[in-house]
Amino acid sequence: MAILIIAEHDNNILKAATLNAITAASQMGDELHLLVAGLDCNLVAQQASKIAGIKKVLIADSEAYQYQLAENMSKLVTDLASNYCHIVSPATTTGKNFMPRVAALLDVAQISDIVKVVSENTFSRPIYAGNAIATVESLDAIKVITVRGTAFDAAKQSDLSAPIEIITAVHDAQISEFVSEEVAVSERPELTAAKVIISGGRGMGNGENFTLLESVADKLGAAVGASRAAVDAGFVPNDMQVGQTGKIVAPDLYIAVGISGAIQHLAGMKDSKIIVAINKDEDAPIFQVADYGLVADLFEVLPQLTDKL
Amino acid sequence: MKILVTVKRVIDYNVKARVNADNTDVDLANTKMALNPFCEIAVEEAIRLKESGTATEVVVVSIGPKACQEQIRTSLALGADRGIHIETDSMPESLNVAKLLAKVVNAEQPGLIIMGKQAIDSDNNQTGQMLAALLDIPQGTFASKVELIGDKVHVTREVDGGLQTVALNIPAIVTTDLRLNEPRYASLPNIMKAKRKPLVVQTPADLGIELKTHSKLLKVEAPAERQAGIKVNSIEELIEKLKNEAKVI
Ligand SMILES: Cc1cc2nc3c(=O)[nH]c(=O)nc-3n(C[C@H](O)[C@H](O)[C@H](O)COP(=O)(O)OP(=O)(O)OC[C@H]3O[C@@H](n4cnc5c(N)ncnc54)[C@H](O)[C@@H]3O)c2cc1C
Ligand SMILES: Nc1ncnc2c1ncn2[C@@H]1O[C@H](COP(=O)(O)O)[C@@H](O)[C@H]1O
Repeated sequence: MAILIIAEHDNNILKAATLNAITAASQMGDELHLLVAGLDCNLVAQQASKIAGIKKVLIADSEAYQYQLAENMSKLVTDLASNYCHIVSPATTTGKNFMPRVAALLDVAQISDIVKVVSENTFSRPIYAGNAIATVESLDAIKVITVRGTAFDAAKQSDLSAPIEIITAVHDAQISEFVSEEVAVSERPELTAAKVIISGGRGMGNGENFTLLESVADKLGAAVGASRAAVDAGFVPNDMQVGQTGKIVAPDLYIAVGISGAIQHLAGMKDSKIIVAINKDEDAPIFQVADYGLVADLFEVLPQLTDKL
Repeated sequence: MKILVTVKRVIDYNVKARVNADNTDVDLANTKMALNPFCEIAVEEAIRLKESGTATEVVVVSIGPKACQEQIRTSLALGADRGIHIETDSMPESLNVAKLLAKVVNAEQPGLIIMGKQAIDSDNNQTGQMLAALLDIPQGTFASKVELIGDKVHVTREVDGGLQTVALNIPAIVTTDLRLNEPRYASLPNIMKAKRKPLVVQTPADLGIELKTHSKLLKVEAPAERQAGIKVNSIEELIEKLKNEAKVI
């Protein structure tokens, strides 16, 4: 049987997280189908059809799917599910929103945030803020799975194009509607896709001081992240939060500045290749996971870092 | 309007979970347990809605072993009116939890069901969405703001790209994010008063639900530990190491 992957996109661009989910799915089976549900999302379907391993793209184009509302998406996916043995999506806020609904409608479990495919029915996933890794075997006929992007490489592009099939069924539950959104616009790379990240914590003192991090980020082509404390204090918006309950990142280089290293923060970044910590408290727990630690006042050393890079 | 709040008993968020010796689970013996932080926020939100006159009654429900009653009492001390404990031997899987909760919702008919977005033990982030699907009602997940406007509930959601606001028909499910509110502390008199608030105990059989097994936990392992590296003395030394040793810049 085939595997259905649900694409993450904004009706124009296929989001990188989809590519990691495709790689995970390719370890569960060969017949990979990708569903693009949105409004005027033909461009996304075109991009999707050129990903290596994808045998077929399904496009469901309707106002009902413009914002990928969970109430509508779940009905669409459930409607398609009988042809599939696995339903897979990235563990992004969109995937986390509608996938459990799909599972419940199918009367099966969801296996959330997998980091390893052991076999077609067995998967590993972090629990307890990443302090334990559980290996679970699914006993359900259809496996509903969300994928942690950092744990899988991105699927490659292909020279061939997979066929695109149109899904005409429209599922509009009419119980929820989109009102508005405040989308953070940034010239910088997306946090979950960045090779280098510099994050600030409560030690930054206020939002303006984040410009000190931005200057370093400009030199390194880095994304800027934050701890929950920095978000809660109102220094920066929530989409910058790294951690157990924010974004999970694993860049080549993660620089934590004025961040103490609470378990919830570590859960979101400890799989980074190289970790640098800058903190004035030499006993801060962040130093226990840092490859390079610098005990210093961030206000003194960040300008030096910008200058010397 | 009645509000139903779900509360889960979990490991205290300050405690680091340890895997047991035979790699079958985490070892929770003698571990400090607490109300899941996101559920605490859910209780707080419900109480605020009651204080502002929007809600009339706040009912909390917890599913699991007898000890869960501690977390129900904590919620009652914070201001909830009554509790329901659905007693099971161990913590059921999310879909079973959702099925049990669906029965409670049908019996109680709340206008709003407020849940945590995630239990910090399972890290599943799915039970609220599952319950919404079983009841065929809308959901506002990862909420940082909840407002009743006319006959709808407007929920501002923390999403990857920023914030999104949706309007939902009532009844609806809201799952909380950390910024929704800052929970209060229970006062001593309220802790005493909570002991006398009603708490009923039911079993899955009472609700007509048979718990199904959807997955098997094969093993639980500790993650690869990171070793602490070295301390550098200056920015120059740091840049030199990143360039020549780690080769990441
Ligand atoms: C359910 C739950 C979920 C959570 N999820 C997350 C999550 O996803 N992500 C997350 O990050 N947190 C999360 N948290 C919060 C977490 O527990 C910590 O409170 C938070 O990570 C602390 O942030 P911080 O390190 O910036 O602040 P603090 O712990 O206050 O640390 C600030 C650090 O800055 C240093 N500092 C101060 N001034 C300077 C200076 N001038 N120069 C250098 N260093 C300085 C201090 O020495 C200190 O180490 C969660 C909490 C709960 C309860
Ligand atoms: N056993 C339980 N009893 C009561 N509420 C629960 C239980 N399990 C999960 N929940 C609720 O569902 C939310 C999400 O849990 P989860 O999907 O496991 O991450 C929690 O924050 C609780 O509000």
